[in-house]
Amino acid sequence: MKKVKTPEELKSLQEEIQNSRDPEKPCITICAGTGCLTYGTQKLIDNFNVEIEKQNLKGKIEIRASGCHGFCERGPLVVINPQNIFYQRVGFDDAEEIIKETVLNGKIIDRLLYIDPLTKEKIFHEDEIPFYKRQMRLVFGMNGNIDPNSLEDYLAVGGFNALIKVLNGMEPEAIIEEIKTANVRGRGGGGFSMGQKWEATRNAPGLPKYIICNADEGDPGAYMDRSLLEGNPYLILEGMLIGAYAIGSNMGYIYVRNEYPLAVKNIMIAVEKARELGILGKNILGSGFDFDVVINRGGGAFVCGEETALISSIEGRSGEPRAKYVYPAERGLYDKPTNINNVETWANVPLIINKGAEWYRSIGTENSKGTKIFALVGKINNTGLVEVPMGITLREIVYDIGGGIPKDRKFKAVQVGGPSGGCIPESHLDLPVDFDALSEVGSMMGSGGMIVMDDCTCMVDVALYFLKFLEEESCGKCTPCREGVHQMRLILERITEGNGKEEDLNTIEWMGKAIIDGSLCALGGTAPNPVLTTFRYFKDEYEAHIREKRCPAGICKALITYTVDPETCNGCMVCARICPTEAATGEKKELHTIDQEKCIKCGACFESCKFDAVKVS
Amino acid sequence: MAEMVTLSIDGREINTPAGTTILEAAKDANIYIPNLCSNEELTPYGSCRLCMVEIAQGKRARLVASCIYEVADGLEVKTNAERVLNVRKLVIELLLARNNKHPALRKIADELGVEETRFPVEQKGCILCGQCVRTCREVVGVSAIGFSGRGITRKVATPFLDFPPDCIACGSCVYVCPVQFIPMKEEKDVRTIINFDYPMQKCTKCGRYFAPIKQLEYFSKTTGLPLEHFETCVDCR
Ligand SMILES: Cc1cc2nc3c(=O)[nH]c(=O)nc-3n(C[C@H](O)[C@H](O)[C@H](O)COP(=O)(O)O)c2cc1C
Ligand code: SF4
Ligand code: SF4
Ligand code: SF4
Ligand code: SF4
Ligand code: FES
Ligand code: FES
Repeated sequence: MKKVKTPEELKSLQEEIQNSRDPEKPCITICAGTGCLTYGTQKLIDNFNVEIEKQNLKGKIEIRASGCHGFCERGPLVVINPQNIFYQRVGFDDAEEIIKETVLNGKIIDRLLYIDPLTKEKIFHEDEIPFYKRQMRLVFGMNGNIDPNSLEDYLAVGGFNALIKVLNGMEPEAIIEEIKTANVRGRGGGGFSMGQKWEATRNAPGLPKYIICNADEGDPGAYMDRSLLEGNPYLILEGMLIGAYAIGSNMGYIYVRNEYPLAVKNIMIAVEKARELGILGKNILGSGFDFDVVINRGGGAFVCGEETALISSIEGRSGEPRAKYVYPAERGLYDKPTNINNVETWANVPLIINKGAEWYRSIGTENSKGTKIFALVGKINNTGLVEVPMGITLREIVYDIGGGIPKDRKFKAVQVGGPSGGCIPESHLDLPVDFDALSEVGSMMGSGGMIVMDDCTCMVDVALYFLKFLEEESCGKCTPCREGVHQMRLILERITEGNGKEEDLNTIEWMGKAIIDGSLCALGGTAPNPVLTTFRYFKDEYEAHIREKRCPAGICKALITYTVDPETCNGCMVCARICPTEAATGEKKELHTIDQEKCIKCGACFESCKFDAVKVS
Repeated sequence: MAEMVTLSIDGREINTPAGTTILEAAKDANIYIPNLCSNEELTPYGSCRLCMVEIAQGKRARLVASCIYEVADGLEVKTNAERVLNVRKLVIELLLARNNKHPALRKIADELGVEETRFPVEQKGCILCGQCVRTCREVVGVSAIGFSGRGITRKVATPFLDFPPDCIACGSCVYVCPVQFIPMKEEKDVRTIINFDYPMQKCTKCGRYFAPIKQLEYFSKTTGLPLEHFETCVDCR
C-alpha cells in the first residue's frame, strides 16, 4: 500500500475500499481464531479455497478467515453473508456442499444449523442465536467481519475513523476530557479510570512518556485479550495511537504472553502494515506526531501481568512487583511517566471517539460504563466469550446467554473475576455486572473470568483449587502472600481431608483479612477472595467438613463412602467390571457390594451404574 | 535544606524533611515500628510487611509499608491500629513457622503478644528479607547472590551451593542478615562462608591475615590501583 500523508488521504483510501466492495457479493467467513483452529479449521479454509479455484468462482465469492466469534465451543464456525447464515461444527469436507448448495443455490444445509438446546428449534442466522442475542458486541463484534491480517478489511468497517477525527484537529486535552466523561474503567482488573490515568501521565513531568498495552492475560481460562489481539489487532493499535497522541507519548509497548503465538503474529503483521501505510512512524498523517510500538513477549508467570512486575520485566529485570506508592503515571518504565492499560480497555477508545462520550455513558450503570467481555465457562450449556453491557444481571448471563446449567442441575455459584475472584451464590444472581456491586459482595470484575458451578460442587474444594493456583503463582517477595497463602492452603487441605479443627474457622477469616491488608501487590491482596466468599456464603459446608467430617456435595474423597443400595442394585456387574481395585464385587444378578478397605473413591462405579444403585454419602 | 513537612504519628506532630520514609521519621521521633527487611543503606524493598502502618489523608484510611511510604504534609499515621496489629501478628506467626528460634523474631513476637505460631513449623532459618541479596548488589556491587524459585519455594540462591564466581568473600551478607543465617568463620589464612573456603591475604608488613584475596582483587579492579597497593593491611598502609 502507498503511504498516506494526511487524514484526508486515509479517509479517501477508506472510502475507495468501501466503494469497491459489493455488499451483495457472497462472503464465506470462517472463524480462524485459536479455538476453532484447534478443531483443524485450517484444512476447512484450504478446502474452501480449492473449491473456489475448482469451480472458477475466484472474484465471485469472497473467503475470509476471521478472528474468534466467541462461540468457540460450537466450532468450526462458518457464517455466510450477506444472509448471515450460521453454520456450526462444520466438517472439513463440507466446503464443497456449502458453496454449491448454500452460496450458489440459496439452500440451507440442515445438519449444520445450530439447534437451540432449550427450544430444540433450528436457528438460521447468527444474530438470532440466543447466545449472541442478549450480548452487546461493540468491541468484539467486529472480529467476525475482518481478516485480522488485512488492513483493508479494518478500513472497510470504518477502521481508523477515530484516528482521522483526532488528527483532524482534536486537542489532546479534549481527547482526555472525552475519555474522562465517558468514564471508562480499566478492564484489566483494577477498574481504575482510564481518563484520569491518561491525564496524570500527560501532566507528569519527565520525557519521554511511554504507553503500554497489557496483553499478558495469565488467568487460566480467560482469553478475551488474546482473541481481541488475534482477531482485531488494528483496533488495539488505533486505541493506542489515540492514547499516545493524547498523552504525548511517542513510544508504546505491547506486552503479550509468549504462549499466544497467533496474537504475536497478527499484531506483528498489523504493526508492519501500519508502518507501511504511514499510520505508525514519524509524522503520522502529516500531523507532526511520531509514534511506534515494540512488541514484548512475556515470560508467562501470572504475576508478570501486574503492572509494576510487567514494567520490571520490560526493563529486563525479574518480573517482581514493586510497592506502588508512586504510580507508573509518574514513575513507570525506566522511571518515566507511563500509562498502562489492558487490551480491552484500549479497544474501547476508538469507539468512544467515534460515537462520543455521551453515547458511551448511556450504556451501563452509574459507575460502570460500556460493555465487558467475559469468558463464560464451567457448568453451563453455552460456553465462550460473551460481551455484555454493564448492568446486565448475572442471572441473564447464566440463563439467557449461557443457556442455563447442563442436565437441568441446580445452579450453585458463579465465580467472577479470575482465580482470585469471589464465588457469588444464587441469592445474588440478580446482581448487576458492575465494578462496585461485584466488590460489595466480595468478588470483583477482575479480568472477566466467569465460572459457573452446579450443585455437585464442593465449595471448600473450589476454594482450595484457586488457592493452590495462587500459591504457585505468588512471586514470593512478601510474607503475607508467600507464607500466608501457603498456610491457608494447608488448612483448607486439612479440612477437605477430614482433619479440620474448630479453630480453623476463625483462623481462616482472620488470616484472610490480614493477607489482603498486608500483601505488597494485588495478587496477595485478592488471593483470599475465593476462600472468604465461599466462607461467607457457604459456611455450612466448611462446618460440615470440620464438625461432621462430611462433604455435602460428595466431592472430598476422604469424607465420602460409596455403597450399593440393595433395593436398587440388580446385579448388572457394571461396577465390578469398571472398578480399578476390585473393591466392587458380586455375582451376576445378585447384590453387589463395595469393600471399603479396597475402595480408592475414584467414583467410577457411581458414574457408570445405570440404575443409580451406587450411592455417595 | 530539604523542604520540611508536618505529619502526625500516633497523634504526635512531627516535622521532618520531605523524602523521609514514615519509618525513618518515626525512628527519629522515638516511635518504634517493628521491621525486618528495612536497612538505611539499601533501597526500600517492602517485603516483610511487618512495618505496616495505617495512614489517612482526607477520609480514606489504608495500610502502607512505612519503610517505603514517604511522609507528606497532613498525613495522619497510626502505628497501632487494629488492622495494623493483625497484619503484624500474622506476619510474625508466618515467619515463626520458618524460624521459631531466633531471638530477634521471638522479641517481636513477644511485643505483639504472640506466644507461639499456630502454623506448622518447618525450620528454614532464612526469613527471605532479602537484605543479603540487596547488600551484595547495591553496597558490594557484585550481585553474587540472588533469589531463585517463586512463592513458597523462593530461596536465596546462595552461590554457595555452587561455587559463586562473583563472590569476593567480603562477608557483608553475613553481617547484614537479621537472623544470622549465613555461617562464616575465619581460621588464620582461610575465611569460610557456608562451606566455601576463601584464602586470606597476609599483610606484607605486619604479617596479619586481614582480608580475602578475592576482595582485594576486586578493590584493585574497581579502583584501578595495582594489587600490591592492597597487600598491606589498612593499619600498615
Ligand atoms: C497478579 C496480577 C495479574 C494481572 N494480570 C493482568 C493481565 O494479565 N492483564 C491486564 O491487563 N492486567 C493485569 N493485571 C492488572 C494490572 O496490574 C493493571 O492494573 C492493568 O494492566 C491496568 O490496565 P487497565 O486500567 O486498563 O485495567 C494484573 C494484576 C495483578 C495483581
Ligand atoms: S503479594 Fe504475592 S505476588 Fe505480590 S509481591 Fe507479594 S508475594 Fe509477590
Ligand atoms: S469408587 Fe472406584 S474404587 Fe471404589 S468401589 Fe467404586 S469403582 Fe471401585
Ligand atoms: S560475601 Fe559474597 S555473596 Fe556475600 S555480600 Fe560479599 S560478595 Fe556478596
Ligand atoms: S539469608 Fe538472612 S539476609 Fe538473606 S534473605 Fe535470608 S534472612 Fe534475609
Ligand atoms: S475461535 Fe472460533 S469462535 Fe472462538
Ligand atoms: S520493613 Fe517495611 S516491609 Fe519490611
